[in-house]
Amino acid sequence: MKQVFKRPESLIDVPAHFCPGCHHGIIHRLVAEQIDQFGLRDKTIGVASVGCSVFMYDYFDVDVLESPHGRAAAVATGVKRSRPDNFVFTYQGDGDLAAIGTAEIIHCANRGENVTVIFVNNTVFGMTGGQMAPTTMPGQVTTTTPFGRDVATAGYPIKMTEILATLGGTAYAARVAVCTPKHLMKAKKVLKKAFQYQVEGRGFAFVEFLSSCPTNWKMDSIRANQRVIDEMIPYFPLGVYKDVAAAAEPESPADE
Amino acid sequence: MPDRKFVKGNEAIAMGAIEAGCRFYFGYPITPQNEIPEYMSAHLPGIGGTFIQAESEIASINMLLGAGATGARAMTSSSSPGISLKQEGISYMAGSQIPGVIVNMSRSGPGLGGISPSQGDYFQATRGGGHGDYRTIVLAPSTAQENYDLTMKAFDLADEYRNPVLILGDAMLGQIKEPVVLHPYQGKDYNRDWILTGCVGRRPRLIKSLYLSEGELTEHNWKLHQKYQSMKKDVMFEEFLLDDAKLIVTAFGSVARILKTSVKMARADKMQVGLFRPITLYPFPEAALRQISERVPSFLVVELSTGQMVEDVRLSVNDPTRVEFYGRPPGSIPSPNELLDEIKKAYEKLIGR
Ligand SMILES: Cc1ncc(C[n+]2csc(CCOP(=O)(O)OP(=O)(O)O)c2C)c(N)n1
Ligand code: SF4
Ligand SMILES: [Mg+2]
Repeated sequence: MKQVFKRPESLIDVPAHFCPGCHHGIIHRLVAEQIDQFGLRDKTIGVASVGCSVFMYDYFDVDVLESPHGRAAAVATGVKRSRPDNFVFTYQGDGDLAAIGTAEIIHCANRGENVTVIFVNNTVFGMTGGQMAPTTMPGQVTTTTPFGRDVATAGYPIKMTEILATLGGTAYAARVAVCTPKHLMKAKKVLKKAFQYQVEGRGFAFVEFLSSCPTNWKMDSIRANQRVIDEMIPYFPLGVYKDVAAAAEPESPADE
Repeated sequence: MPDRKFVKGNEAIAMGAIEAGCRFYFGYPITPQNEIPEYMSAHLPGIGGTFIQAESEIASINMLLGAGATGARAMTSSSSPGISLKQEGISYMAGSQIPGVIVNMSRSGPGLGGISPSQGDYFQATRGGGHGDYRTIVLAPSTAQENYDLTMKAFDLADEYRNPVLILGDAMLGQIKEPVVLHPYQGKDYNRDWILTGCVGRRPRLIKSLYLSEGELTEHNWKLHQKYQSMKKDVMFEEFLLDDAKLIVTAFGSVARILKTSVKMARADKMQVGLFRPITLYPFPEAALRQISERVPSFLVVELSTGQMVEDVRLSVNDPTRVEFYGRPPGSIPSPNELLDEIKKAYEKLIGR
């Protein structure tokens, strides 16, 4: 019998700490698959952020460096400049990357650092118990927006992929989802490019994953997946926002 | 013929760093240390090094953390407000045991303060500075030559202890221009079996400061504590005219340098005065001071602050009641004559004439 699905070699065979239905686990697997496919396991240095993915090093069978909350892009800059032949990626949540780490990610992208950034947008601060994130949807109830996010005082969900796509140093910027098999297949292709571009030395590659947090959304995983489709995708359109290689024939960003 | 160059104190630091093999510099401009990034930006690219003008001091220190984790010799520099911003990263480096050299050409505070010399960052430098129970080695040069020499030394200490090392200077030490004798760096090879290089032919490595399982963090902190204790073997200080001294003036950095002149003037005035200058502010030369205080109990501590190092001196000596203090807030640099007057006052009070 042909084996059609197996754990990627770069993913350690241990039970994950993520809540049931959380997309972090799926995204970990997708990243590990690419590490395998590009044969990068012993060339990779992963930069972990602070959030529910802080234990990245328990799952990825690669060298890993912890970074302070929000600083992964600066840490990765130091690593990659010193070890240009290594494959360097960061894995950051939306609180980490789009709140406290906004300056670091913008300038890392703008310098065109040759790193790959995995950005997990679940519209909340998962690890600290579900507070508002910069990506929290208008009206969304969180533990610090008990009456729903009021855009008049708390601002609007921030669209990092669109912002980073405007920067000269960004080689690749795309947004994907993993809430259905169809979305997942698309996400794999996008992630592959984000890996390939670093391997080819093209510059900063960024993939935003629309992700679920059933626990803090107070939903079961099926409803959480549905929320990604019903609420998140319309506000955060999926697609490739920048691709230096395809610059001649621009793809429509909102191709979903 | 020794290779002698007439350079600014800040340049001497940059030159010492490059000589010691530093190939990565990350910084953000701030007066009075701009000659360091400027020198690095001009010289690193030509020798295969990397200079990044980062978006902030926060980014700089985290780039240092990243480069340090790969075993690279790397440096950042700033001045007081920027050093405050680096504290989170320094704490992470200490917790993760990542080496790196951080230069503080300090200026006056609090807040935006001013750009005049000050020694008001002594507490921040010697008590860790960021959160958590940790220490950084702190070197306090007092001449451009020492800026050069101690910067080389800083890289060795950082690698030996896998710990951040601070160089604490001030506006005067950064801007002063004087001859520096250049000499080749003679370091040794340090253990590199912890650095991140990609796990070719070995198990993956992990560098982190987070320890959540039962007892793990306690053990980690004890280990760090032992390391900080072991740094005492690298304590450095200068003794000047101590042999027959009845009063010992104690100061560090640029103030110690001015005091040296005052001490000579006091000697000419028939006062038996000597100078004790801590060069490592952490580890503080407490054992040496205690020993000296058994023989000579009278001290005058002089600082360009309202009193920080004086606490360490009082904790070190046998009889803290015999430690006089003269300090003043930033704004002006005391002249040798002014300090001579303070020496006279302390001498009359503690020794008599
Ligand atoms: C300087 C600092 N501030 C705050 C925190 C607390 N903190 C830890 S994780 C986190 C937010 C995590 O949210 P996100 O990045 O969205 O990751 P998620 O858990 O949702 O995957 C915060 C605020 C911290 N560790 N450090
Ligand atoms: S709190 Fe949310 S983001 Fe964190 S593991 Fe649970 S579901 Fe995932
Ligand atoms: Mg989040």
